[in-house]
Amino acid sequence: MSRKPYIRPMSKTSWYLRDGRYKRYMAREVTCLLIGAYTGVFAMGIWRLAEGREAFTAFMAALHAPGAIMFHLVALAFSIYHSTTWFNVTPQAMPLMKGEDFVPGTLIVGAHYAAWAVASLVILIAVGA
Amino acid sequence: MSETSTITIEVMRYRPETDSEPVFQSYPVPCPKEWVVLDALNYIKDTIDSSLSYRWSCHMAVCGSCGMMVNGEPMLACKAFLRDMGDTVRVEPLLNFPIERDLVVAMDDFIEKLTSIKPYIIRKTEKPVEEGTYLQTPAQLKRYKQYTLCINCLLCYSACPQYGLNPDFIGPSALALAHRYNLDNRDEGRALRQEFVASHEGVWECSFVGACSEVCPKHVDPASAVQQMKIASTKDYFLGFLGGNR
Ligand code: SF4
Repeated sequence: MSRKPYIRPMSKTSWYLRDGRYKRYMAREVTCLLIGAYTGVFAMGIWRLAEGREAFTAFMAALHAPGAIMFHLVALAFSIYHSTTWFNVTPQAMPLMKGEDFVPGTLIVGAHYAAWAVASLVILIAVGA
Repeated sequence: MSETSTITIEVMRYRPETDSEPVFQSYPVPCPKEWVVLDALNYIKDTIDSSLSYRWSCHMAVCGSCGMMVNGEPMLACKAFLRDMGDTVRVEPLLNFPIERDLVVAMDDFIEKLTSIKPYIIRKTEKPVEEGTYLQTPAQLKRYKQYTLCINCLLCYSACPQYGLNPDFIGPSALALAHRYNLDNRDEGRALRQEFVASHEGVWECSFVGACSEVCPKHVDPASAVQQMKIASTKDYFLGFLGGNR
């Protein structure tokens, strides 16, 4: 008997709306755009710094505009979300064995948070906050 | 005997000789508290409509035959308890696969992919039988054991949007099995598998949605296998520049 398999179409543009897991995945991916935008602003700051004191002072003043503050708050929230979602899957990407057992995932995730805290602390101390 | 309520099972039907596309058909089914979706399908087939087609064998989450979409979620019908589901339960064939008939999907594509990753131990040279068996410590076994638990139920392929978008993707469980053999200390076939594993249709097609691991009924965690192979393949790539060996 001849076969006549039926293929169900899948939307190329709205597939991620079908499942909560896909939406969470999209949230993780989309939040990196704000990290990219923040990196752009940061790079611009360095560029202004290279141009001299006046350019840099003007740049710093511009950062105090309400829009700029808003942008930084949103970028901070998005980057925290983005980073933590990645931290939480590190045990899957990097499982570790010690002797005959796997190191518990919570330890691997915890180590990432600890490294993050230490790095943040070092930076805060370095900039004299 | 305890009182049993009646629920409605909506089954996606597709009869290739008459239907141009799938249609839903509803059946009233009793719902004793120990029944799973597979019991309901067997009830339908035995007492209401013998033309209904679906795969099953063991009824205990071992054979991997009864994977289907239950209320939109890929599940083994033998593990999907009706008591957890409300008055109407919608059953469809596994997503991302062509429908052969009713709840039966065409698996040809998966079988081909599974074959391509060479899911068996490969030796460069076999040692003579007189030299005895290949030894393995408990720790060496533990490294890959979780990946041996795969029952080829294909729930992970149904959960994977990348496979849905690009059917050329080798996909979660075939890649998890490649990893299983790569991790086995008795195996020497990794370089042969890399041709497929590290290709565009291999691990790099995965964007780590992670849904495969969430739906896997045997806790195989194929997403983990794929990420580990991405890291290993990246190492190969850079070691290649340094003239190193795999
Ligand atoms: S990895 Fe899990 S979900 Fe995928 S085929 Fe194997 S047992 Fe089924």
